[in-house]
Amino acid sequence: MDAGFDFDVIQRSWGYLFREGMVFTLTLTALAMVGGIFFGTLLAMMRLSKFRLLSYAAGSYVNLMRSLPLVLVIFWFFFLVPYIGAWLIGAKDPVKVGSFMSCLITFTMFEAAYYCEIMRAGIQSVARGQVWAGYALGLDYWQTMGRIVLPQAFRNMLPVLLTQTVILFQDTSLVYVISATDFLGAAAKVANRDYRLVEMYTFVAVVYFIISFGLSSLVKQLQNKIAIIR
Amino acid sequence: MDALLQVEELQHAYDGHLAVRGLSFALARGAIGCLLGPSGCGKTTVLRCVAGFEAPSAGRILLNGALVSSTQVSLPPEQRRVGMVFQEHALFPHLTAAGNIAFGLSNHDGKRVRELAALAGITELLEKYPHELSGGQQQRVALARALAPRPALLLLDEPFSNLDTGMRERLSLELRDIIKSSGATAMLVTHDQHEAFAMADEIGVMREGRIEQWDIAYNLYHRPVNRFVADFVGQGVFLPAKVLNAKQIEIELGILEGDIAHACQIGCEVCGKGCRADVLLRPDDVIHDDNAPTQAEVLHKAFRGAEILYTLKLGSGRKVLALVPSHHNHALGERIGIRLDVDHVVAFTPQA
Repeated sequence: MDAGFDFDVIQRSWGYLFREGMVFTLTLTALAMVGGIFFGTLLAMMRLSKFRLLSYAAGSYVNLMRSLPLVLVIFWFFFLVPYIGAWLIGAKDPVKVGSFMSCLITFTMFEAAYYCEIMRAGIQSVARGQVWAGYALGLDYWQTMGRIVLPQAFRNMLPVLLTQTVILFQDTSLVYVISATDFLGAAAKVANRDYRLVEMYTFVAVVYFIISFGLSSLVKQLQNKIAIIR
Repeated sequence: MDALLQVEELQHAYDGHLAVRGLSFALARGAIGCLLGPSGCGKTTVLRCVAGFEAPSAGRILLNGALVSSTQVSLPPEQRRVGMVFQEHALFPHLTAAGNIAFGLSNHDGKRVRELAALAGITELLEKYPHELSGGQQQRVALARALAPRPALLLLDEPFSNLDTGMRERLSLELRDIIKSSGATAMLVTHDQHEAFAMADEIGVMREGRIEQWDIAYNLYHRPVNRFVADFVGQGVFLPAKVLNAKQIEIELGILEGDIAHACQIGCEVCGKGCRADVLLRPDDVIHDDNAPTQAEVLHKAFRGAEILYTLKLGSGRKVLALVPSHHNHALGERIGIRLDVDHVVAFTPQA
């Protein structure tokens, strides 16, 4: 390694890092968040269901996901999804799933378990009387959930949901293990090609820090604002 | 009677514990009924069974003549056309008052919302959010919301217990007027007899999952069927008495006259043999009279504004209560003259 810190390599490569890597990272974060919250909410509703089978199934899923290391799940899905896909559609050969698609499915399913626990707390934070009031006004389960419980649950839990999303944003860097070109992956490629490991990994760390810390600060502000409304 | 709500031999158990033990009553169309009882007596459970949130373990509930709850049948709450007002108001915090009232209306009928707002006296508050409203205002919004879809039956679960005491009675009278002018039939649950008296046409006094007496307020106070009702509704003391004959009963303060055989719950139809009884004396039965020969010592006094409630010690050491206009202000320890003015005798078997 050359002596001294070479800023030039950062200047030369940051366009590529952001265009390729950061777009991958942010798209993955955003889509996995949307999917994770959607399935997480359904899981939370199942966990709180009075039907034992539903709550047991959802509970088992959540506990399983939360007991496995994310890296393992990423690996496992990357190699297994093609076969599961083939089995599902009855094809003979493994389905070709790009690394992005595989990552998206993995993160959605994994994060759903965490978002589920947040939404469960959110649903429980809405007073029972509100649910009864909904039924008494002639609403069925889905209407009561959709129009009374979930809007309040989301609002009450918004800071926690966003905090989990910041964690998700950091965790997406683990896709590096299946050689996907996320922000970290892109930087690693440049680092290895130009043999500028210190510069690139330091730069990546600074960027992750700025984004994560910035988002966390925003969440904190939002939290104070919501606390006043409640 | 054109009964809108019929509850027949209702039973409900939570984890093997019987909260409601075979209870029956009927509520006429347009009437306001009330279940009154100490906390834990099962009154809220009855309400929740009527609303459909709980399934009874025995008995039946009929609404408008149609079976809605039994061990076999359980119509879901949203199909019962039952409006509900809760102790904690349960307004939807993410909606304005108008949004809350319109919530149960399928077509978001603005005219109906304004109509109810006018009825409940909250027209100026329609654009406010629940957290901007006082407790009393919130409860009016909750009432308007419950009435908006024109429910067959309105249920109120301890609707005033979150409000200041001063406000409770006033608001319960107002709510009664609102409910009456909307033509709804209503069922109230409370532990506060003043609320019950102010709102309800008929009241059931409950104890341990049963109704002890279902009656109008006047009769609960003046003709309680047993000691529990006499004790729970209103204030008063029991004084030991001796039955002289079918028309007369003697207590420390004199001889009371009345239809003793009928008034007594002690089964002394063939009386006149000097059997013992306990006579109920309400504070309004004891009159302060400076010229009265009987004197009693002031033990405690509670100033109530218009009146003072005196606790007086009789010669025997027993206590009676007397409600006296507050300009008769006597000091503790003072001896004041009293006489009885008992309109009708209420007596029970002496307690062992």
